[in-house]
Amino acid sequence: MKRTPLQSLGFYALVAIIVLQAVFPFFYAILTSLEDGQALFEVNYLPTSLNLANYRSMLTEGVFGRQILNSVFVATVVVILSLALAVTAAYALSRIRFRGRGLLLLTVLSVSMFPQIAVLSGLFEVIRTFGLFNSLWSLVFSYMIFTLPFTVWVLTTFMRNLPVEIEEAAIMDGASSITIIRRVFLPLMWPAMVTTGLLAFIHAWNEFLFALTFLSTDSQRTVPVAIALISGRSEFEIPWGNIMAASVIVTLPLVALVLVFQRKIVSGLTAGAVKG
Amino acid sequence: MASVELINVSKSFGKVEVLRDINLSLEQGEFVVFVGPSGCGKSTLLRLIAGLEDITGGELRIGGAPMNDVLPAKRGIAMVFQSYALYPHMSVFENMAFGLEQAKLSRSDIERRVHEAATMLQIEPLLDRKPRQLSGGQRQRVAIGRAITRDPRVFLFDEPLSNLDAALRVDTRLEIAALRKRLPDTTMIYVTHDQVEAMTLADRIVVLNGGIVEQVGTPMDLYERPASQFVAGFIGSPRMNFLSGPVAEAHGAACLGIRPEHIVLTPEGGDWTGRVTLTERLGSDTFVHVEAEGIGPVNIRVEGRTDIAAGSTIRMTPDPASIHLFDAAGRPVAR
Amino acid sequence: MPETSRKSRLSRNRTRSAWLFLAPMLVTLFIVAAWPLGRTIWFSFTDASLDLMADAKWVGIRNYLEYVDWGDGEGQYYGLLADARWWRSVWNTVRFAVISVAFETLFGLVIALVLNQQFRGRGLVRAAVLVPWAIPTIVSAKMWAWMMHDQFGILNDMFLRLGLISHPVAWTASPDTAMIAVLIVDIWKTTPFMALLILAGLQMVPQDIYEAARLDGVPAWRTFRKVTLPLIMPAILVAIVFRALDALRIFDIAYVLTPNTDATRTMSVYARENLFDYDQFAYGSAASTLLFLVIALITITFILATRMDLEGRNT
Repeated sequence: MKRTPLQSLGFYALVAIIVLQAVFPFFYAILTSLEDGQALFEVNYLPTSLNLANYRSMLTEGVFGRQILNSVFVATVVVILSLALAVTAAYALSRIRFRGRGLLLLTVLSVSMFPQIAVLSGLFEVIRTFGLFNSLWSLVFSYMIFTLPFTVWVLTTFMRNLPVEIEEAAIMDGASSITIIRRVFLPLMWPAMVTTGLLAFIHAWNEFLFALTFLSTDSQRTVPVAIALISGRSEFEIPWGNIMAASVIVTLPLVALVLVFQRKIVSGLTAGAVKG
Repeated sequence: MASVELINVSKSFGKVEVLRDINLSLEQGEFVVFVGPSGCGKSTLLRLIAGLEDITGGELRIGGAPMNDVLPAKRGIAMVFQSYALYPHMSVFENMAFGLEQAKLSRSDIERRVHEAATMLQIEPLLDRKPRQLSGGQRQRVAIGRAITRDPRVFLFDEPLSNLDAALRVDTRLEIAALRKRLPDTTMIYVTHDQVEAMTLADRIVVLNGGIVEQVGTPMDLYERPASQFVAGFIGSPRMNFLSGPVAEAHGAACLGIRPEHIVLTPEGGDWTGRVTLTERLGSDTFVHVEAEGIGPVNIRVEGRTDIAAGSTIRMTPDPASIHLFDAAGRPVAR
Repeated sequence: MPETSRKSRLSRNRTRSAWLFLAPMLVTLFIVAAWPLGRTIWFSFTDASLDLMADAKWVGIRNYLEYVDWGDGEGQYYGLLADARWWRSVWNTVRFAVISVAFETLFGLVIALVLNQQFRGRGLVRAAVLVPWAIPTIVSAKMWAWMMHDQFGILNDMFLRLGLISHPVAWTASPDTAMIAVLIVDIWKTTPFMALLILAGLQMVPQDIYEAARLDGVPAWRTFRKVTLPLIMPAILVAIVFRALDALRIFDIAYVLTPNTDATRTMSVYARENLFDYDQFAYGSAASTLLFLVIALITITFILATRMDLEGRNT
């Protein structure tokens, strides 16, 4: 569309505002994380120092490194488990006609709407009963409540759109259902698996409430809780530099992933949310 | 041995009955075409034989043995799909070998059978390619090749030419006819909505309409002795003229059918007179559309070129031996 | 012949596989969702405490509502439904949900419309817009907490320079501004998600509609109001419902950004405080149950109202 110069100016000003508000807070976090001592308490809009002291102290003192590994472990295992469980379930839900299929899909969808707080006390009991309290497995286990319905839902939508005739050809070739999934559908589903896996990973990486409740010692914690609980001896001694360094460390990989997989993520999000 | 019999077969989806009381008996080695307008149930019938759909009522036998409850892969059949349905991530070789692997054949047997089929179809050079690197015609051959490797007793084709362009369609049709000669013992069932494919390929044609069999017969049977007005209209191109009113009543019928090629232009005399509304010149033939007096619109096929212009008045005579008469229900009337 | 014999072996095999394939997922969902939910509801009718869960005894609806007669004709209501702090948290949650979703929809629509235009650098702008979404909620809360710091925060500095405020504001600590602070962070973080959903809806509008409108000389604003908006309304509505359900569950930002303030105590925060901080396990469970009921009601209404195509018959 042709715009007048004034309209163009207005439009690009709007674009600039949108970009600025989106990236400035993270930019400022990076800026703060590179400042130390007194520099921290002077407001700067542009970088003035390049001091890695905050990063050094976060990564070498204390258990933050261990906590990152905890998060990586939990998120990775959650993704693998939910994809494994979801692929077969999605095949059944999208490809096999059987009684009760609609009701099942409804159930899966409604579980994804569950407020986490509603299952918190019940889950707490289950986790204590299984002896998983303060174990990372408690998170692997409890995170299924949101990753599993989500992955099932997105993969079901995706599988539904795979051509029926390919599956029928495989049936004529004598392939069993499990062979069809393994040999025919799985190789076609990598794009969808990567997208859903990535989104599930991000979700698990960011989760706070369960991680806050089911883990009790510092060395077991995942990064969101760790960051939330960094504190000084008093209000005035909160180590903002350290907090920002930690924040940047756990966020940079995510931002990188999101930017690299931008298109896939957008399609995955919309498939998960809009396609009713 | 590998005859195919359907006895009182019916199929319903929920409350909707799509096939009713189908009785057919196909000989071993026969090439049978199921033809009919879309929604007539021809594809469903094929899928019942393939085992991809459950048979609601009646019995299906292949080689004399009941097949209703036999898995598709164990029926001794192979199917070529409309979209070819090649596995996109597998090479041509893997596509053709997949079924044999499932049947637990030895590696050497698989290699031998794939190469045999590939040689027969001249796709040997393509074996390492992926389906997306193939042209439409090549994909079609691979799909047929995949079916051949399974050495089926019955070969099913589901509108295999409908995704090809016109030129390729003729070539592939000839190839299927040739394939048929090379596999004389294999029963072939071919579904199409195109009556030209049906007429050129079939030993026998099964015309389906609204879930029932209208007529079964050789192409010439159907052309010369259609068992209903529907078949008469469906087989033959251009379509048969159906005339009602006095001209039909004179023969004691509700409807008189005459094919465009069975009306002769007779400049002198002639039974009917009419004004030409349109001429379509195809080079080899000309179709002359006439508004015949007291009869209605009539289409006439004239061989070669004519210079009859729209608006002129012509006289014509139907060949009395080629007149078909139908009652109000579309059943043929004996003369 | 029995009814099942009409199904062929293939159909029977496939139905059996279906249930076999679904079993692991269903068992998992039962253990992590259905059973805990049932236990939460059960606890809400007991006197359970953190350490004595197994000995929990049925107490009826006492956690929800109880009238205690003082014996002199006077009495008082106790329980969740008579708890002013609970109702305060309900009000906080609803207020938060309505305002945040409204702003997110508005800003999301604007950003989506911008991203739907052709301009140089669009890919980069879209990537930039996604950044807040990619940042973990807790990190967002901390980043903003630092920016909103009353003494050293850049936000106060910025606003002072712009003359918007006359003296530094304690954004997160002051009861007047705490809710605003929570709203800012949530809107900042979630608008990208809204924008993406609305953008997806926008991109499904066929381009020739715009061309036809332009040929007819319809002004841009009218085209938007009369053509675009009605076409993307379904996408927007679905996005709003999803976001509203999400907003009603809000916990992280309120808990981390503004701890221990009545001004931002949401239903989830209230429930968790009672469950684990005040050792009122049964009472907290009752709060959880009520929150679940509210969300379930909205979900069911939504599903019935839109008659969602669950079987995918139309796809």
